Amino acid sequence: MIRRVDWSGLLVAVVIAVPSGALRAQAAADSAAPDMCASCHASLPMERLAGPVTLFADDIHAHQGFGCVDCHGGDPTAPGFASMDPRRGFVGRPVGRQVLQVCGRCHSDAGFMRQYNPGLRVDQVVEYSSSVHGQRLMGQGDTAVATCVSCHPAHQIRPPSDSRSSVAPENVATTCGACHADTVRMQPYGIPTNQLERYQESAHWEALSALGDRSAPTCNDCHGNHGAAPPGVGWVGNVCGQCHSVMADYFATSRHAQVFTAMGIPGCAACHGNHAIARTNDTLLGVGDGAVCVRCHVAGAGGGLVAASMRQAIDSLHASFMLADSLLQTAEQAGMEVSQPQFDLENAQTALLQARTAVHTFVHDSVQRHVDEGLEVTASAITRGHGALDDLRFRRVGLGVSTGVIVLLIGSLVLRIWQLERAS
Amino acid sequence: MMHPMRRTLTTVWEWLDDRIGLAAFQAIAKKKEVPVHRHTLWYYLGGMTLFLFIVQLGTGALLLIYYRPSAEEAYESIQFLMAEVQFGWLIRSIHHWAANLMILALFLHMFSVLLLKAFWKPRELTWISGFFLFGLSLTFGFTGYLLPWNELAYFATRVGTQIIAVVPVVGETMLRVLRGGDDVTGATLTRFYAIHVALLPATALVMLGLHLFLVQRHGMSVPPSVEDAGGPKRVMPFFPNFLLRDLVGWLTALAILAALAAYLPAELGAKADPFASAPAGIKPEWYFMFMFQSLKYLPAHILWFEGEVVGILAFAAGGVYLLLIPFIDRHTGREHTRLFTWITIGIIAFIIVLTYLGYTANPTA
Repeated sequence: MIRRVDWSGLLVAVVIAVPSGALRAQAAADSAAPDMCASCHASLPMERLAGPVTLFADDIHAHQGFGCVDCHGGDPTAPGFASMDPRRGFVGRPVGRQVLQVCGRCHSDAGFMRQYNPGLRVDQVVEYSSSVHGQRLMGQGDTAVATCVSCHPAHQIRPPSDSRSSVAPENVATTCGACHADTVRMQPYGIPTNQLERYQESAHWEALSALGDRSAPTCNDCHGNHGAAPPGVGWVGNVCGQCHSVMADYFATSRHAQVFTAMGIPGCAACHGNHAIARTNDTLLGVGDGAVCVRCHVAGAGGGLVAASMRQAIDSLHASFMLADSLLQTAEQAGMEVSQPQFDLENAQTALLQARTAVHTFVHDSVQRHVDEGLEVTASAITRGHGALDDLRFRRVGLGVSTGVIVLLIGSLVLRIWQLERAS
Repeated sequence: MMHPMRRTLTTVWEWLDDRIGLAAFQAIAKKKEVPVHRHTLWYYLGGMTLFLFIVQLGTGALLLIYYRPSAEEAYESIQFLMAEVQFGWLIRSIHHWAANLMILALFLHMFSVLLLKAFWKPRELTWISGFFLFGLSLTFGFTGYLLPWNELAYFATRVGTQIIAVVPVVGETMLRVLRGGDDVTGATLTRFYAIHVALLPATALVMLGLHLFLVQRHGMSVPPSVEDAGGPKRVMPFFPNFLLRDLVGWLTALAILAALAAYLPAELGAKADPFASAPAGIKPEWYFMFMFQSLKYLPAHILWFEGEVVGILAFAAGGVYLLLIPFIDRHTGREHTRLFTWITIGIIAFIIVLTYLGYTANPTA
């Protein structure tokens, strides 16, 4: 029982209680003193000991004026090994809980952090203690779990805005995957290791990596970062709803939300999957090939009928939109001025999007309402498109007639000139 | 027994003759003759330019009915004209294409006059008035291009007006006066509108009147090569023989304009957005392309001057050379140097090659 004592509260209290004012004074003093740590370590032949000197030069802490002793302790002004005397505060290489103490000494002190980055949160240690990583480290003494330096590698910490940073959005998946895709490392925990591989098949990864959309979700956006944990069955919708808020709202008030919770089915993930969330399309809806509704519903009855009717309504708007768009494009390519109906047609596109979103209510009338709005717009655009093409035909016929008249006039003029020349 | 229709026409003619002296005009028309020789074809270009100018006046006046000269409404008014107004597309497209054909005809007319030495004494002033009409036409094109207030026109005008800033000493001031501010804005649009629909037509009509008067006064010039060969073998009456031939050309131009309007109506593109970044491939109208392309090839510095400044000054010098050509290339007798003919051929080749490169050369190469 003693081994299962939760030390996290104590650690948090210690971290917060240690004043960082002393560190501030120490940092000021160090900046004036010669840095013996760097000068000795740089000349050492072992990469393990010399490497940090080079790496740290580009670390955000170095840019802010911090030095080796701010994390490792010791006295940089003392010569040789005397500088690394524990009596001079030397802690060496922090491991396990020590890491949290070292990082948290500053990062949990709002007054201290405000000097450097007022917008940065200071609850990382508290959050970490609530994470699966923190629970295992502090609750079970499992030192194999991730701590601060697992994701923010020591001596090369950079802000997430820096694309070289291990926690830049485009690098988060590989940072987490360094452990979670490692079958040997994950074996004791009995959890899957295909999350990274599957995530890299998803629409989210495509948006992040191929389209360069840094706001696209990666591991920490769904699992949290410092408080990393798998979402519970009941709150998957809240996780997805951070971005897909309208769908989440529709879903939350639908019958499915109640039934899924009762059955222990994870909301959004039941139809869309989790890590390998594919780009959605209309085939997911209905009772045909690729439809997810038939996983639970029977075609031709109850929910199957509703799914089929919603699909039919969306298909009708989509087909009407495509026809209108095609007509207007044909007219535009022929040089007709159709920019206004093309602009208006964007409202049909919006209605189609709203209808697809309303599918998450699982009520036919909610979908049909948006489909009807869209069909009204497409009907007008189709009329304008046909009108433009009729006008185009009229122009061509008009050109033929006017050219005929002009040719006749030219012919008669040539004849008259010929008569005049002949007479003279 | 006179036909009733003919009798009515005669009555109308006599009524008008009593009041405005039509007989005098008739006498001039009957007296006017056109030399017939192997270069007679070039005589039709002036009339063709005049016809297209009249088309521009007519279609331009009709466009004014719907056009609204402000940054907020200009684009929308053209959009409405093109999509909603009956035959609005036809009027705008003819105005667009007739402008291009007119400047093409003007280029051909000007260079034929240069090569056939039609500017020699006593036609120096005819040439100078024609040269000013050429300048006015290019200004018509430059100011009219901005009026639809679309993306391409906006950025092309930004680049085009910027060139004036390189003029030493007064360049920056001239740029601000031309733009009505530091940048191309709604103020630029309204002043370009005023220049395009009021100042230029008024000036052009006066200059055109002078030009036509001088053409009428001095008659058609006979090229030196024809004179050297003993002069034209025969002449044709201007009225009706030459005029009827002119009409054939004008009707052909009208048919071409109709076909261009029906198959390649004037585009409108996207509305100008001063805050957007400039779209790729901004190009001036084709008749400015040779100058635009030449400036691209100039190095950043030529001796102690900026390359662009040297280029602009060189074009200005070229313009002054053309304006004063009647006083540089004088007709001093039967013997005449071919130097100026070769210079003219060089200018034509330069314009054609640089225009071609402007449309084909890789802009990033």
